[in-house]
Amino acid sequence: MEWVAIAAVLVVLSAVLLSWTAGRVDRLHHRVDSARAGLEAQLMHRSGATLELAATGLLDPARSLLLLDAAHQARASDEPDREVAESDLSRALVASLGDGAEISRMQRHPDVWDLLAELGNACRKVELARRFHNDVVASALHLRRNRAVRWFGLAGHARMPTMVEMDDSWPPALP
Amino acid sequence: MKVGLVCPYSLDVPGGVQNHVRDLAEALVDHGHDVSVLAPTDDDVTLPGYVVPAGRAVPVPYNGSVARLAFGPVSNARVRRWLSEGGFDVLHIHEPAVPSVSLLALWAARGPIVGTFHTSMTRSRAMSAAASILRPSMEKIAGRIAVSEHARSTLVQHFGGEPVVIPNGLYVDRFSDTPRSPRFARAGGTMVFLGRLDEPRKGLEILLGAMPAIVRAHPGVHLYVAGRGDIDAARKSVPRDYRDSVTFLGLVDEQTRAELLASADLYVAPNIGGESFGIILVEAMAAGAPVLASDLAAFRRVLEYGQLGTLFPVGDSGALVEAAVELLDDEVRRGMLRKAASVAVRRYDWSVLCLDVVRVYETVAAGAGRVGEER
Repeated sequence: MEWVAIAAVLVVLSAVLLSWTAGRVDRLHHRVDSARAGLEAQLMHRSGATLELAATGLLDPARSLLLLDAAHQARASDEPDREVAESDLSRALVASLGDGAEISRMQRHPDVWDLLAELGNACRKVELARRFHNDVVASALHLRRNRAVRWFGLAGHARMPTMVEMDDSWPPALP
Repeated sequence: MKVGLVCPYSLDVPGGVQNHVRDLAEALVDHGHDVSVLAPTDDDVTLPGYVVPAGRAVPVPYNGSVARLAFGPVSNARVRRWLSEGGFDVLHIHEPAVPSVSLLALWAARGPIVGTFHTSMTRSRAMSAAASILRPSMEKIAGRIAVSEHARSTLVQHFGGEPVVIPNGLYVDRFSDTPRSPRFARAGGTMVFLGRLDEPRKGLEILLGAMPAIVRAHPGVHLYVAGRGDIDAARKSVPRDYRDSVTFLGLVDEQTRAELLASADLYVAPNIGGESFGIILVEAMAAGAPVLASDLAAFRRVLEYGQLGTLFPVGDSGALVEAAVELLDDEVRRGMLRKAASVAVRRYDWSVLCLDVVRVYETVAAGAGRVGEER
């Protein structure tokens, strides 16, 4: 009789633990999705600001075209090529806006300066959003390696989340 | 934005984390944000209006020293009430792993949470065990900030991922506006050391050992040592003939500290290890003191590989003498270092760092709802 009671308690305890862990997995997956959406939004913001800057005509035509092309490629690319296209945009920005003296001269044009500040802000936020996204992914992957999660299929049919690996450096001279 | 900050240690006791939280809170208020700071306090002290008391802190041994922490049912209830009534857009917890109101807040909260990690620790079995207990709570933090590269690597070792580094800040103007003080400025040259006297890793012993040779090469130079510790023992370690060249001030207040640095012709940081960032070097540079520091990784980064100050091999007393004498003799070089440093320290100003922190808040809060209490 005692054994039955002990077994029942054990079953209840492990059920509680499993359901709590399943909740953790679920919450992490939701957070991965929202972090991913946040990153997408910041990337769109960055390419948008780049397109606008290229259209001002304040940069020489060679750089305007370069930026226009890189930003457009980044917006048009689909999943497998996305990270490469966004990294290319980062590199194009670093290559085009690397001259600190030139950038500080642009303070004389307040509307362009605002645009540069917006671009700088977007670049920094891309870096933050990507890192925070990868942070959640790392937590989710760690939890999904947990034995209980694997044996009892607590992750359901959710896809294994993946990190976003891209070059998110930005021109340090940007305001 | 409506920001809730959590500090694990009593704000009325001085300390790195407390100063950081207070300065950040003030910078955020200056930028027009609505800030509330939850921290343990003793009931009879007056604190700034943005502080919400989280209960009395009790001294307990933790992580190799005695810390004043707040926990237990009273603190827990206050944390929960503060969370549910605050209506915060973002919750920013300092030292989320410290078993005080920080950990309680992390445990009780849901929504957009930012965590700042100050401590750097080497990997140990105790810490690894703690990491697995803390993991479910740590998972809730959506944006992790480390205050130094060192703190960042500790964090990565234990929890993985990609935390961002936003360094410790200071109010540069508080230091740069302080004039040279006749009390400390000496015609023969003023050297300054700040730090605990009896903590070997601060390296005071190396500096005191170098003093006779420095005084012989540069007569009239005077060293001021400010910091807690056994003054008599430290004085005895200076050879008798040279004791007049060194003044021990004991622990000094913030105003005196700024005056000392503003009056210095040379700030010496002979540390032999254990420094994760070196805010003191930034303070010295802000006050206009040329810096001579040992070649530790953290110092090297702050001094931009010798661009903003002079580096000497760690623990090498002979090299310290040589570099100190050279700098004391070379006014032009000191002027150049002063000038380069005064520009470079601007990026450690809270007005700049605050923007970085707010960017983290915005990234984390985007589409995440408000902070609330975990059901």
